[in-house]
Amino acid sequence: MTLFGMPLLGKLTIDAIPLDQPIPLAAGAAVVVILLAIIGWIVFAGHLPYLWKEWITSVDHKRIGIMYTILGLVMLLRGFSDVMLMRSQQAFAYQAPGFLPPEHYDQIFSAHGTIMIFFGAMPFIIGIMNFVLPLQLGVRDVAFPTLNSVGFWLTASGALLVNMSLVIGEFARTGWLPYPPLSELTYSPGVGVDYYLWALLISGVGTLMAGINLTTTILKMRAPGMSYLRMPIFTWTALAGNLLITAAFPILTATLIMLTLDRYLGFHFFTDEKGGNSMMFMNLVWAWGHPEVYILALPAYGIFSEVISTFSGKPLFGYRSMVVATMAIFVLAFMVWLHHFFTMGAGGDVNGVFGIMSMIIAVPTGVKVFDWMLTMYGGRVRLTVPMLWSICFIVTFVVGGATGVLLAVPPADFALHNSMFLVAHFHNVIVSSSLFAAFAGYSYWFPKAFGFRLVESWGRAAVYLATAGLVGVFGPMYILGLLGMTRRMQHYDVASWHPWVLAASFGVLILIASIVCQVTQLVVSIRHRDELRDETGDPWDGRSLEWATSSPPPVYNFAVLPDVHGEEAYWAVKSRALEQHRLREEPHYEAIEIPLNSPTGFVCAFFSTVVGFAMIWHIWWMAIVGLFGAFATFVVFAWRDRVEYEVSAEEVAKLDRENRASRSNTLAVSRRKVAA
Amino acid sequence: MTSGTAALPSGGAKRRHDPNRLGHLSGGQGTSRASGHGTGGPAPKRIVVGYGFWLFILSDIVMFSAFFASYAVLHNGTDGGPDGRELFDLGNTAVETGCLLLSSFTCGLASLAVIVRRKLAFYAAMAVTGLLGATFIGLEANEFAGLVMKGDGPDRSAFLSSFFSLVGLHGIHVSIGLLWLLTMMAQVFAKGFRSDINRRVMCFALFWHALDIVWVALFTVVYLMGVLA
Repeated sequence: MTLFGMPLLGKLTIDAIPLDQPIPLAAGAAVVVILLAIIGWIVFAGHLPYLWKEWITSVDHKRIGIMYTILGLVMLLRGFSDVMLMRSQQAFAYQAPGFLPPEHYDQIFSAHGTIMIFFGAMPFIIGIMNFVLPLQLGVRDVAFPTLNSVGFWLTASGALLVNMSLVIGEFARTGWLPYPPLSELTYSPGVGVDYYLWALLISGVGTLMAGINLTTTILKMRAPGMSYLRMPIFTWTALAGNLLITAAFPILTATLIMLTLDRYLGFHFFTDEKGGNSMMFMNLVWAWGHPEVYILALPAYGIFSEVISTFSGKPLFGYRSMVVATMAIFVLAFMVWLHHFFTMGAGGDVNGVFGIMSMIIAVPTGVKVFDWMLTMYGGRVRLTVPMLWSICFIVTFVVGGATGVLLAVPPADFALHNSMFLVAHFHNVIVSSSLFAAFAGYSYWFPKAFGFRLVESWGRAAVYLATAGLVGVFGPMYILGLLGMTRRMQHYDVASWHPWVLAASFGVLILIASIVCQVTQLVVSIRHRDELRDETGDPWDGRSLEWATSSPPPVYNFAVLPDVHGEEAYWAVKSRALEQHRLREEPHYEAIEIPLNSPTGFVCAFFSTVVGFAMIWHIWWMAIVGLFGAFATFVVFAWRDRVEYEVSAEEVAKLDRENRASRSNTLAVSRRKVAA
Repeated sequence: MTSGTAALPSGGAKRRHDPNRLGHLSGGQGTSRASGHGTGGPAPKRIVVGYGFWLFILSDIVMFSAFFASYAVLHNGTDGGPDGRELFDLGNTAVETGCLLLSSFTCGLASLAVIVRRKLAFYAAMAVTGLLGATFIGLEANEFAGLVMKGDGPDRSAFLSSFFSLVGLHGIHVSIGLLWLLTMMAQVFAKGFRSDINRRVMCFALFWHALDIVWVALFTVVYLMGVLA
């Protein structure tokens, strides 16, 4: 079949489905079956209208935040399945080919990095920011609720495209950053790199939307009286993270557009032919890539700060120093990119400058570590699950940070570049900061999101096993790096590496146990949710405004926007209530306007997926249809006449009075305790 | 804790002098120890929308700067092919620049027409803006087509790759702007000067002016410096 002389389905043929490769076929088939089963269950059990009305079309920041987090969790599991394949391959591939052929192994480590960073860690952190920020700022929603939905669904569209490559075609074999000239058409003629490019171009736009939206929310939408230096520290770190997204993601998009032009239209940006320069790709991509590290890490530091302060029963030690350290890291993040390729040969002076800049980042980071420790010092520390994640983070993160300073020394980097030592270093820091923070935040704000706590016992087991697994996997990798093992090896023949490779593979078993504990924790908690119910909305004796409203919060978050009179806005209100033995006067309730739900985000992401898929397989007519559909979706959205609905004052009053009643009860109980 | 000592700046009367609640008044007011703006609560919709769109423009300029950087790195990579001196026609570029700068002026007139709620003036100003923008795109397409015909397309050398993508990226922005312009004219026609539509016109104007600023940089760095080199 042809259309204007071009094949109707571009490069797509039945050969794209890997019928001759049992492992990808089985994995792909399993994913498809599970997906179909879930969709089938939703449709036949009649959940589809609920899902459509309450979640898919929702523009409520809390719902969108939860959906981001679920996407992140699912993709973390997907990325972890790659871990299991890679570790078992290396365990078997000593003086043997193992069970994964090189071209498949290369796809697995590329998919692992791509999925973990872009579709695991990023949605998880953005989801937590989305859920928490408006609550901490004491406002009703983010600045642009519908844009928020569009951003989420575009991210999901990118995740879908990456996972589609499992079943239709192949994924990139170039590593998680497609370095040219390997990623150019000459050396990667397949669709793998194209899947990578279009997935990240689409989800990158979604991330940029989230960054702009949340930055605007923080800078322009705060409760009355909440000046910059009264914002909770998580809000500060989220501000830094979102400013980094706004400033750095366009660089990634530009770089990927250039590579796309090279591959599709024969441009010569990175080809090393006709004047092209592949090192320019490294410079551009790391000008985004290093800020990306802090996009993940800074909000993570904010989560730890909130958790440590709450469970130490103290205000954060050195709040202002924490703010300064955060903003210092924000600026320095853009000044160290060259340390990712000291071996490029920029010369001793350039390497020296970037080495010193990289080491300087350890200073504000050190300030943070001391602030956390001094917050705990002299406090009444409660060793809850979020607190345990935070403590295990501090211990393991300091090791990862120290190896980072080591790698920042250019001569040392020349020896360790692209070795397993490097792999151990960046996993050590990113797992202990972003992932531990994501789990700390998950267990800390779970009761706020769903109205009941998670059981502690399974959570504690998960923390200890994850920490042991982290040390178990990456400790041996540090040693492997020092023994000279390079990254991304499909097989190897060096006898002295073998025991350490086996040790790292054993560490993965501990991580599996940790994941099992986390899943069990969730299942057990849902089954026992009535015993774990959080009636007051303040289960942890919290200090910032998200704990001032009920759990889960009503759609409008706050019946009346809170007035802020100092740092730790909610702690002040609570202290006064405890002193005076009564809640504040009942406020005057007014009707609240809430933005209407809209399918714009979902429909737009659908068309984006169509465009991405069509471009990957060179189905030009379909790409044009998709682009037109996306534009039409926005016009339809822009033509709406009704954009808000009203929650009546009586409804607001009814809900708020319920919450006040349960808070009064708690207050009376605490008063009796004090009297006794 | 500093609660109790700090009081909120009293609202009401003072806010009248600060109609958009930009926070300049309440930010540094007497009793509040607070520094930073926004102490008066969430900003009104118009401010939030404008601010968010400014952030988008800044991020867009970051994207342009990546293409500028690649042009700076690759502009000598002509691979023995033609360079800017041989290819650029400053006369054509001057007309393009004139069109775009004039369209920024008429776009400003359209914004004024929204403020005074004059539909006819709005349509006229927007139509002229659109025509000037379309002329710009036509001239640019003509220039590109001429180069490709001569065999000096983007696949000829890295210099031409970076030239086509930098100038083309701006051209695509202007084309999207034209699509947006027509949509806004249709919106005003169908719905009138509703507040949400006025905000969109404001964002469109910001976008259009920002493209002018990018063009000034582009004209200087690519065309003027290219001819001098």
